[in-house]
Amino acid sequence: MSPEILSLEERFQSRIDAEIKIEPKDWMPEKYRKTLIRQISQHAHSEIVGMLPEGNWITRAPSLRRKSVLLAKVQDEAGHGLYLYSAAETLGISRDELVEQLLTGKAKYSSIFNYPTTSWADMGAIGWLVDGAAIMNQVMLTRTSYGPYARAMVRICKEESFHQRQGYEIMMTLAKGTPEQKAMAQDSLNRWWWPSLMMFGPNDAASTHSAQSMKWKIKRKSNDELRQAFVDSAMPQVEYLGLTVPDPDLKWNEERGHYDFGAIDWDEFWSVVKGNGPCNRQRMRTKQKAHKEGAWVREAAMAHAEKRRQRAVEQDEKVA
Amino acid sequence: MTKQEALFIYTLQLADNCLILGQRLSELCGHGPELETDIGISNIALDLIGQCRSLYQYAAEIEGKGQTEDQLAMLREGSAYRNVLLVEYPNEDFAYTMVRQFFFDVHHYLVLDQLKKSTDERLAAIAAKSIKEVTYHLRYSSEWMIRLGDGTTESHERMQNAVDELWLYTDELCTMNEADQLMIEAGVAPNQAEIKPLYYAKIEEILEKATLAKPSHSWQQYGGKEGRHTEYLSHLLTDLQYMQRTYPNMEW
Ligand SMILES: [Fe+2]
Ligand SMILES: [Fe+2]
Repeated sequence: MSPEILSLEERFQSRIDAEIKIEPKDWMPEKYRKTLIRQISQHAHSEIVGMLPEGNWITRAPSLRRKSVLLAKVQDEAGHGLYLYSAAETLGISRDELVEQLLTGKAKYSSIFNYPTTSWADMGAIGWLVDGAAIMNQVMLTRTSYGPYARAMVRICKEESFHQRQGYEIMMTLAKGTPEQKAMAQDSLNRWWWPSLMMFGPNDAASTHSAQSMKWKIKRKSNDELRQAFVDSAMPQVEYLGLTVPDPDLKWNEERGHYDFGAIDWDEFWSVVKGNGPCNRQRMRTKQKAHKEGAWVREAAMAHAEKRRQRAVEQDEKVA
Repeated sequence: MTKQEALFIYTLQLADNCLILGQRLSELCGHGPELETDIGISNIALDLIGQCRSLYQYAAEIEGKGQTEDQLAMLREGSAYRNVLLVEYPNEDFAYTMVRQFFFDVHHYLVLDQLKKSTDERLAAIAAKSIKEVTYHLRYSSEWMIRLGDGTTESHERMQNAVDELWLYTDELCTMNEADQLMIEAGVAPNQAEIKPLYYAKIEEILEKATLAKPSHSWQQYGGKEGRHTEYLSHLLTDLQYMQRTYPNMEW
């Protein structure tokens, strides 16, 4: 590496160490830029694909109030996708390229959305656990070193707490409802518990990107730290609901001051990441179909904008 | 028909239109051409569902049988729904979605603009609140009419097809049944005979801006307001009513 680059990198790291945010026009190592593009776009794609499992129940919501709340929630996720695509664009990649990467399977999204939503209770479990796990991560990211990403996270976190609350409220209503409703809630918790823990990614020892990301303060807490914090905050809520988690090893550890929990099935995790989850194919096909069927609309909107621009030019020429 | 019965039916007609169209639009969340349209269409769906809730709550009070908004919305037979046929038409493609929206919004706006002066204070208040939202819906759908009508050859063709097909369901919006008549006499409801020329004038204005032709055929379909629906409605109700029917008498 040339001495100039070396000193640039040193200066970059010293800014990070001094907690000064990196902005789009600042010099940054190519790997920092690439890591951020990968992470922010993965995050954006997760918001977008994440609309599908919940979108699956909007038309079947059991009451008008629940229908409104769920629709508003899913709509928020579309907004999150927009903020995040904009944040990624500040790093010199276009939204079209990012969408292309999603649709061709080149880019990943959170594996949790490859699990099916088979009952209404899943709207509760997702809001409570999946948005809850996302919040753990996103609160940390409000302090991430890249300015536009950190600011997008501040906006997103404001809405996420509403998402988690509406999910927990659904679970509460079911848990204190009829035996059928309680069974529905328990079944849903059984299915979403482990995938939610997997959302934090591999164990620290196995995580390839972690050390550098921590040094650059893209991440500020490790996967395992966040996972532990999530379990610690979820367990009192599970108990309050009168439900149980599908983990015989889960118990309070007085000495550690944390809950212990059982081993995660990493084979399942990697198999879903690699495309073999229950819904990977459907999710991709759905997004590809929407994109393809919407092509004429996007083209027409551009063509119309161009016509207007032309007409404005002609009008100006006439006046002149 | 008593005045009370007419007011119940009239309110139900307004509510059912909002519910069924809101339900149709909510099918699209996550499946649209781009994120911005998903957000825009969800916004309209949210407004319509909000409006139908206020209307069902009022209808339930008028009826006085202790029904809830959800029972009215989700536990009637298909033939008891009083929405116009237009709103139950499926989302064939984005052109159909937008043309259906536009044909509905123009009328919705004109009705609310009168209804806010209704002698029925409750309906007047709901109308005054709703018209702010519907003003935005109408602007949104009008802009899309123009954008897609005057876009590419393909978009123009698709829009013209949707206009020709959905035209059959426009006149029903301006019809008046016994309940409507009683409500007009009571100063509760606007007179559709006065709305109709304004309705078609506005449609023609936007069609022209969108370079779309007004359909030459005059064939019209009616029946929704009397409970005679298309084949599409019962499928929509299957989803809408699924939870309430499968798990009766529960809190959600
Ligand atoms: Fe989100
Ligand atoms: Fe969320």
